[in-house]
Amino acid sequence: MTANTTIDPAEIAKFEAMAAEWWDLEGKFKPLHMLNPCRLDYITGQIAGEFGRDLSAEKPFDGLRLLDIGCGGGLLCEPMARLGATVVGADAAPRNIPVAQLHAEQSGLEIDYRVTTAEDMAAKGEKFDVVLNMEVVEHVSDPLAYLTACHDLLNTGGLHICSTINRNPKSYVMAIFGAEVVMRWLPKGTHDWAKFITPDELYDLLRRAGLDPVDRKGMQFNPLGWNWRLSSRDLSVNYVTASIRRD
Amino acid sequence: MVQEHDITIVGGGLNGPALALAAAKAGFRVAVIDAEPLETRADPGFDGRAYALALASCRLLDALGLWPALAEHAQPMLEIKVTDGRAGEGPSPWMLHFDHAEVGEGPMGHMVEDRYLRHAFLDAMAAEERITHLSGETVVAQDVTAQDAGPRAITLHLASGKEVHGRLLVGCDGRGSGTARRAGISRTAWGYGQTAIVCAVEHELPHHGIAHQFFMPHGPLAILPLTGNRCSIVWSEHDADAARIIALDDAGFLDALRPAFGSFLGEIALAGARFSYPLGLTLANSFVAPRVALVGDAAHGMHPIAGQGLNAGLRDVAALAQVLTEARQRGEDIGNAAVLGRYQQWRRFDTATLALATDTFNRLFSNDNPALRKLRDIGMGAIGAVPALRRGFVREAAGLTGDLPALMR
Repeated sequence: MTANTTIDPAEIAKFEAMAAEWWDLEGKFKPLHMLNPCRLDYITGQIAGEFGRDLSAEKPFDGLRLLDIGCGGGLLCEPMARLGATVVGADAAPRNIPVAQLHAEQSGLEIDYRVTTAEDMAAKGEKFDVVLNMEVVEHVSDPLAYLTACHDLLNTGGLHICSTINRNPKSYVMAIFGAEVVMRWLPKGTHDWAKFITPDELYDLLRRAGLDPVDRKGMQFNPLGWNWRLSSRDLSVNYVTASIRRD
Repeated sequence: MVQEHDITIVGGGLNGPALALAAAKAGFRVAVIDAEPLETRADPGFDGRAYALALASCRLLDALGLWPALAEHAQPMLEIKVTDGRAGEGPSPWMLHFDHAEVGEGPMGHMVEDRYLRHAFLDAMAAEERITHLSGETVVAQDVTAQDAGPRAITLHLASGKEVHGRLLVGCDGRGSGTARRAGISRTAWGYGQTAIVCAVEHELPHHGIAHQFFMPHGPLAILPLTGNRCSIVWSEHDADAARIIALDDAGFLDALRPAFGSFLGEIALAGARFSYPLGLTLANSFVAPRVALVGDAAHGMHPIAGQGLNAGLRDVAALAQVLTEARQRGEDIGNAAVLGRYQQWRRFDTATLALATDTFNRLFSNDNPALRKLRDIGMGAIGAVPALRRGFVREAAGLTGDLPALMR
């Protein structure tokens, strides 16, 4: 696991410590569960648009091969499998995988979970129609090498979706001080603000990795409804991008 | 016999079939378990029961494809007149008058007889291949595996020995909801010591689509226009008086009704049977449990004072259908606590507020206290004098306020 990876070992250790509680709505991953509907709206909308699928159909993503990198407990893999996609969930933290496997079994879903990295899978020549990269890029040590591996994992015309956190004073207050210190949504030290990436920096990185970024949206916390929603204007903290592999 | 579905609905009244149709249209496979035999539901005779469907509810029925079959039997409600009355004295000078023209979205609602509504639902369910309608079946036990998101997370054991499976269980089984009880959901409930007498009357003069609400000292009397020269009556009386009135023969019953009803519609006669319902408020302490959701009276039984019981139930239906459809399109597990939590968040505060408002109105109006009489006369005068307040009430009566589900827009 240590040979060919851009994942910072210190980061893996942090998530391993948090792995068992993935599916507890009120547990440590509550913020991710709260964010999930918003992320899923974006992902399903982009996939449906790119591949011409009707979301009201029985299994709209039938025939699509999808990879979720940094799959954790399977919060995104399970919905994608339910929508009919052939799903591979990859996570560099070995402890996440049995948690995810067990839960998929309970849900009656077939998902191929693997302890591996984007770089290793790319080296083996694996190909996908969709690669999901949600809340991961801010945790890797070499984002460009990582995104290049994501590019290599896509078929021509494939879709890459990447979400992360902006780097500005507001994101420091919201994501680190707010989420980690005040609300205790996330354990202290989950994020390293210096690793956060602005949308323009991410677009630049995606292009250098050979991808064509086509869309970006903010994910905005609404304190009134206590939920998250997509925003075309406010990318100041959490945001998500869609890119296509053209070559 | 084993059947698997996405959603199993217990209760075949009106909310159950409405939810079944809304869910089936969104692609879910649905089972409806109805304790009533099909023959009872399909009985074409008019039994005197009718519903005041607010504009928003009519829109839902239209979205479900039922309205074309109902339109010719529906009586538009064009105006509502509210009077603080005292039997034998006629109305007080204070009267509230709400006219649909002030809002400009059509009638505030329609009166539809139960027999037409039941039939429209039965026909629509029979035509929908994703719905399995199990009539004359009662649930004796329900097993719920909260962790399991598979198609057998819910197992319902029926008295006939059948088993029905699903991912989500919805209780549309009324005030005494067995679904809620079996799920361990407790209730907060109290009675009003009042009984509602419900019947239909024929009258000499046309009603012009006007609904009347008289506030009598013993309880409110609603006179709601049906097609032709007929009205539906909801008459609330103290339990003892109601028992005495119900025991009267038809002629005696009409004699008792006349002083309250008044003579504005000319001579009156009974048109159908009489029904009576004890009035009370019953709120489920949670609208959801693991893989279980409650809809309509199973979640919130309220006083019929504002005619909002069914309308609130249909709004639950539209909200739950929307929450589940969105969850399905995201690939979420529909019985998941996060998904059901969204339904509860959407509906629980609204319905509890409405139930408590009907409670307050009933307490304020069902008495002969001179001070309260003065107070409510002043209140009604104030509402009647301010157009914005009047319009607010009309929009409320039409069910157009608050966060409307897509199926009601």
